[in-house]
Amino acid sequence: MEMKPMKLLTEWTYEPTKIHRGYSKETLYIGLGNKDGKYSFEKRPVSEDMIEKFTGGRGFGLRLLWNAVKDGTKWNDPENEIVIAGGPFCGITQYPGAGKCYTVFLSPATKQTYNSNAGGYFAPFLKFSGFDALELQGKADRPVVVFIDGDNFKVQIFESTLEDINAYYVSEELHEYFSNNGADKHTISVVSSGIAARTTYCAGLNFSFYDTRRKAARLKQAGRGGGGTVLFDKNVIALVVKRTHFTGNENDVADLDTIQKIGVSLHKRIHDNDDKQCKMRSVGTAHLTEIMNDYELLPVDNYKFGHHKDIDNISSHAYQKLFTQGMADGCWYGCSLACAKAVDHFPLQTGPWKGKEVVVDGPEYETAASLGSTLGIFDPLWTVEANFYADHYGLDTITIGTGGAFVCECYELGLINKEDTHGLELNFGNKKDIMELIHRVASGADDFAIACGKGIAEAREYFAEHYGADLATMKKIGMEGQGLEVSEYRCQESIAQWGGYFLTLKGPQHDEAWLIFMDMVNKQLPTYKDKAEALFFFPCLRLWFSLQGLCKLPWNDIEPADNGLKYKGIEAAKVPEHFKNYIDIYTAITGRPLTPDGLILQSEKVYNFERIFNLRMGRGTSAYHEIPDRALGPVWEDEWNSRPEYFDEKLKEFGVDISGLSVKEKIAALQQNRRKQWEDLKMAVYKRRGWNKNGIPTMETVKRLGIDYPDVVELLKKHLKPEDEFEA
Amino acid sequence: MKIMQINAEKCVQCGACMSACSSAWFKEDSVDLSRVKVETVTGLPHFNICSQCGACMAVCPTQALERDANGVVQIRKDKCVACLMCVGFCPSASIFFNAEKQTEPFKCIACGICAKKCPTGALTLVEVKG
Repeated sequence: MEMKPMKLLTEWTYEPTKIHRGYSKETLYIGLGNKDGKYSFEKRPVSEDMIEKFTGGRGFGLRLLWNAVKDGTKWNDPENEIVIAGGPFCGITQYPGAGKCYTVFLSPATKQTYNSNAGGYFAPFLKFSGFDALELQGKADRPVVVFIDGDNFKVQIFESTLEDINAYYVSEELHEYFSNNGADKHTISVVSSGIAARTTYCAGLNFSFYDTRRKAARLKQAGRGGGGTVLFDKNVIALVVKRTHFTGNENDVADLDTIQKIGVSLHKRIHDNDDKQCKMRSVGTAHLTEIMNDYELLPVDNYKFGHHKDIDNISSHAYQKLFTQGMADGCWYGCSLACAKAVDHFPLQTGPWKGKEVVVDGPEYETAASLGSTLGIFDPLWTVEANFYADHYGLDTITIGTGGAFVCECYELGLINKEDTHGLELNFGNKKDIMELIHRVASGADDFAIACGKGIAEAREYFAEHYGADLATMKKIGMEGQGLEVSEYRCQESIAQWGGYFLTLKGPQHDEAWLIFMDMVNKQLPTYKDKAEALFFFPCLRLWFSLQGLCKLPWNDIEPADNGLKYKGIEAAKVPEHFKNYIDIYTAITGRPLTPDGLILQSEKVYNFERIFNLRMGRGTSAYHEIPDRALGPVWEDEWNSRPEYFDEKLKEFGVDISGLSVKEKIAALQQNRRKQWEDLKMAVYKRRGWNKNGIPTMETVKRLGIDYPDVVELLKKHLKPEDEFEA
Repeated sequence: MKIMQINAEKCVQCGACMSACSSAWFKEDSVDLSRVKVETVTGLPHFNICSQCGACMAVCPTQALERDANGVVQIRKDKCVACLMCVGFCPSASIFFNAEKQTEPFKCIACGICAKKCPTGALTLVEVKG
């Protein structure tokens, strides 16, 4: 069915500013009105203070969102925004992973700020159109498509005529609609969500790029936090950007020669070593499944267990066979790591497109585990199908997988029954009924499905109120923190990773710190001070990528062959040569000098600003840094009995005399001791981060970082209490 | 398919090929800017010239590398975004770059200019089966 022409509701033309040394120093504001059809557009200048304190990307997003919202703003208030920004690296083509965009918004799931990133061509094309960031605010009075025409320097808003709002349909149609006779589809990028955005709190944003070899729109997800839900709430079906002509130096960098030399050295390293290291070019991140299984880190049956006998079914070998090999699978030009794998000619078995052959993006590791082992399913074809529909519907695969696993355990425990689920038998591994649940959650088919789509934190309240399920039990097993479902690593046996997940800004997502090997396997973080230092440094290092428009993967998913010989311990984990690459390229782009400490300082400013922003939104204190029992250790006897000697030994390390104790008593004792460790960790981390005992940045910290803006100081004065101060 | 054939035993390492190449394509006599490279390794000539194998074509994200009617792999500047992945992935490291001259990479296109200037016949332009 060909798309009907769309009616132009309004348009605005602008004079673009040329990018110089990584910045255009202008942002684009699009106001959608308040369901009144009053659209507004504005070019806003980027100040030197904004560059100095917030750098770009997520930093710009947070600064702009801070200015846009009020203290009491909720996610579905018109003043909430979706801000999309790249950063100074964004759009360079010579170094892998430089096409990322970072979205910032108030989240329906976490009720505070959220940032989620995706590849695809949107952020570079937005920048090449003249803007360091895009602010989208307000609510349209009808479903609209927003088109940023970077060729003719116009922004147009059309009344949508799309008959289906699901992502693959929307993306394919709009690549066609805005192209010139279909010949230049690769010059377009589309942001969309899907029908899940109507009722769930976990609808993500799909960012497209056009794959000229497959002749299909490919989708990369800023999946987490409910950005798609916010987009739909604004009545925006899609954002589209088009930019036909650009060069390899669109950023007008200070020193292209340096960037080219560093870029080629990494391309060569990937060419030489990827097959021996992470196999990103052949399997993408799905190479991790068997590694996680080997170390008891693979979530199985709602994180109860860490390995499974059927791991070979979902191993890297299984996925390598499914992924088409030998394709240039980068999600932005110049990414030779090429991890954006795809399954071609996949015949769908279920759902509205049953029988259709499609290209499926992924699965990546997170999806291979979330829509796989976590649900007790070890069938890669089922996972590929679920992955397709999740993306198509806009469902975040991590949230729906971890959330679904929680629901399955509730079902197996008898907390909810077949009547509550409207006929679904949600035992772990029941592929047919779990797939049906995914379809129902996306479409908001019934009250149970809608409750599931709100995420664990809200679903369990609903289950308690409507089905009489025991809330205390559900709090023990629900793998969430701050309203966000845990991503796909078991952290029970790594104290540092408890912090890596649950002492985070936005909730348990793996993009702050992944310290499990460093802590649990290599024993490089023996003291709380060591763990706290790692929980200061690595979140800052990783946050830095989000300021620049960078993907994290080329940092440490490829390493110099001699990295482990030249550097030891935590130094090796930093991958010093790649760390230096980033510093050198930053200077080569911007012309601004940067030191290793300066890099961390750039991040620390934004890290603390984000923490304070969450405080402003009514969160951001110690009370919201909670950890469920399941993340600390076994909850039920079958978990303990899967590794009884191991857990006995762990309990004895606390000085507990285990003779005569039942398994239930042992579990209680282990939980009690580990929870004490959790509190100790929390205080050590807060202190290292320059926060008080309530997890709030101190006045001294914000002054040191130069983010002591008057409204920040005023806010902190309300919340900082003398009794929460650490002793000097 | 046209390629530059190397007859290493005839090479006297005079550098005329590199001068001819860089002068023709960059109007400058420069080893760095030559698309053919002849280095001296333990006293013997070591040639680095594209064999037109086409490995670079598979990695190019914009499909800017194409075989022309003669089978020669050409970089189409209008499609190239200067990512230099072809440089890093060339099995013989025979694609070069120089940011001062142009953002896009450059390589031997079997034009034969170097062969014409070679005084000993160490380089010849030949037709081979592709």
